[in-house]
Amino acid sequence: MQHIIIGAGPAGVIAAETLRKCDPAASVTIIGDEPEPPYSRMAIPYYLSDNIDEAGSYLRDPSTHYSKYSIELVQERVEKVDSKAKQVTLSDSSTRNYDKLLLATGSRAISPPIPGLDLPQVHSCWTLVDARHIIELAKPGANVVLIGAGFIGCIILEALVKRKIKLTVVETGNRMVPRMLNDKAGGLLKQWCIDKGIDVHTSCSVESVKAADNGEVQVSLSDGSKLPAALVITATGVKPNIEMLEGTDIKLDLGVLVNHSMQTSNSDVYAAGDVAQGIDFSTGNFEVQAIQPTAADHGRIAALNMAGNITEHHGTLNMNILDTLGLVSCSFGLWMGVDGGEQAELYNPGEFQYINLQFDGDCLVGASTIGKTQHIGVLRGLIESRINLGHWKERLLKDPTCIMEAYIASTQELGYS
Amino acid sequence: MQKSLHIDPGKCTGCLQCEMACSYDNTGTFNPSRSYIKVFTFHDEGRFAPYTCTQCDEAWCMHACPVDAISVDLATGAKIISDDKCVGCKVCTIACPFGTVNYSQATGKVVKCDLCGGDPECAKACPTGAITYIDADWTGYDRMMASAAKSLPSAEATH
Ligand SMILES: Cc1cc2nc3c(=O)[nH]c(=O)nc-3n(C[C@H](O)[C@H](O)[C@H](O)COP(=O)(O)OP(=O)(O)OC[C@H]3O[C@@H](n4cnc5c(N)ncnc54)[C@H](O)[C@@H]3O)c2cc1C
Ligand code: SF4
Ligand code: SF4
Repeated sequence: MQHIIIGAGPAGVIAAETLRKCDPAASVTIIGDEPEPPYSRMAIPYYLSDNIDEAGSYLRDPSTHYSKYSIELVQERVEKVDSKAKQVTLSDSSTRNYDKLLLATGSRAISPPIPGLDLPQVHSCWTLVDARHIIELAKPGANVVLIGAGFIGCIILEALVKRKIKLTVVETGNRMVPRMLNDKAGGLLKQWCIDKGIDVHTSCSVESVKAADNGEVQVSLSDGSKLPAALVITATGVKPNIEMLEGTDIKLDLGVLVNHSMQTSNSDVYAAGDVAQGIDFSTGNFEVQAIQPTAADHGRIAALNMAGNITEHHGTLNMNILDTLGLVSCSFGLWMGVDGGEQAELYNPGEFQYINLQFDGDCLVGASTIGKTQHIGVLRGLIESRINLGHWKERLLKDPTCIMEAYIASTQELGYS
Repeated sequence: MQKSLHIDPGKCTGCLQCEMACSYDNTGTFNPSRSYIKVFTFHDEGRFAPYTCTQCDEAWCMHACPVDAISVDLATGAKIISDDKCVGCKVCTIACPFGTVNYSQATGKVVKCDLCGGDPECAKACPTGAITYIDADWTGYDRMMASAAKSLPSAEATH
């Protein structure tokens, strides 16, 4: 049995390890096009802030791990998948045949159509190559403009500030991380950033980037500001890597569509991670989540199915956690609430504290918090176990901080209910 | 035979000796807020429930870690954090559905129960036997963990 995995990110590596475990005799090959050993994009912010060196971002120890588990690593780009011949063509024109194929190709950063984004001072922040460019240009005291305050923009914000640069953030939405936090929470985060000396422009867009005489650039904003910058970072969205599937029978939508077994419309081809449009726990719809825990879950479940251990995926919960210069925010599931649901809210702007719980009937279905670091995982437990909270819901409506107590009382035998 | 922490909330009097012992062993200070085991108080019922990582089989924290910083201690079965590798990204803290791996502002890393390498301080400090460290099979603890895990639908069912 020959398993081929395209993409050496977390989804691909975890799938390879799972395949090795379930199918010791099979050949397992990962084909990845990045020049480094398999690494985690999530570690990039810590590389930017000099917390770790490049090797600290590696998913596994490359000198021993892959050989120990007989996982073949090929550093090439897959140009084409032929799902009829069950063959892939690599950039060196060689071909490989597969019995089962996993698409774990992730996504790549895309830029909006703003003039000047092709200048050498402009970079996205998606790969280790990008990170090296950023480190080179983000010298202490340099002016840096970050376009986009979505999740990726915000997650690198702290690392940039630690490089002692002068940061301006431009976001077209009316608040920071608009797809993770509501008005109140996003507003708190914005105020926190402003208090820390970051120039934040929301409901504002970049109109152009032009080369300046001193080797830097000038960034023009829709509110009329003109900003000098040694470095412009775009964090304006991503797009799935699916070009090699052109002409195949594999169904695509926002990503590669998969069923409950992570199988695509071609029964020998599976997909996992950022490239896969898999089931969302909260909505039951097929969505691209683009987060690390989902990539890990997808990779494992796809591999179990590829190895013949039929395993059903019940959906992954969308969840994020962000540390912005010491202020931790997180969100889970349907944090924006459901029609006819109830919410519990604690809003303490002076202390930068926020808790919002969203209920559907007696179940917690979503949550977001700011300024809370202890026991937040239990929000996942409460949501995913669909615990009927009974009278604990009334308590949570009055005091949304008692999430741990609600969980323990609802799941453990305490000798009372 | 692997052992595990067995917690009997009915015996807990809320004395917080476990939190003191844990924080002292792990941070060198008697500071319950930095303990890895936490006693939750149910005021209305006048009850207490010590709670910490169950070293669950699913190890959600370990699988979510992007840099391989969490591993299984083969001697005790504990899931342990490598401070050298942990970058402090906190993804494990939202992945653990029991809320038992937590970020420490003091260290910039996450912290969780590591069973003290096989001789847990909390169990030794507990004066009432509410926390004991005993053979896993005798406690029904596995069953409890299994049922807690089963209540999470994303734990896959194999047909
Ligand atoms: C800066 C940054 C911070 C992040 N922080 C967080 C966070 O805090 N929490 C969180 O949950 N998520 C975070 N993420 C997102 C997380 O990194 C992704 O969800 C995760 O990497 C997805 O894993 P994957 O294996 O699906 O894809 P990837 O990690 O993108 O790996 C896919 C690999 O496939 C390769 N590939 C693509 N096409 C081909 C081809 N044709 N041939 C060969 N190889 C190919 C790609 O080059 C890449 O190496 C962050 C991302 C970034 C960039
Ligand atoms: S911290 Fe949570 S996920 Fe990790 S082993 Fe303990 S209970 Fe399981
Ligand atoms: S906080 Fe540390 S241990 Fe937890 S997931 Fe991140 S790197 Fe791994």
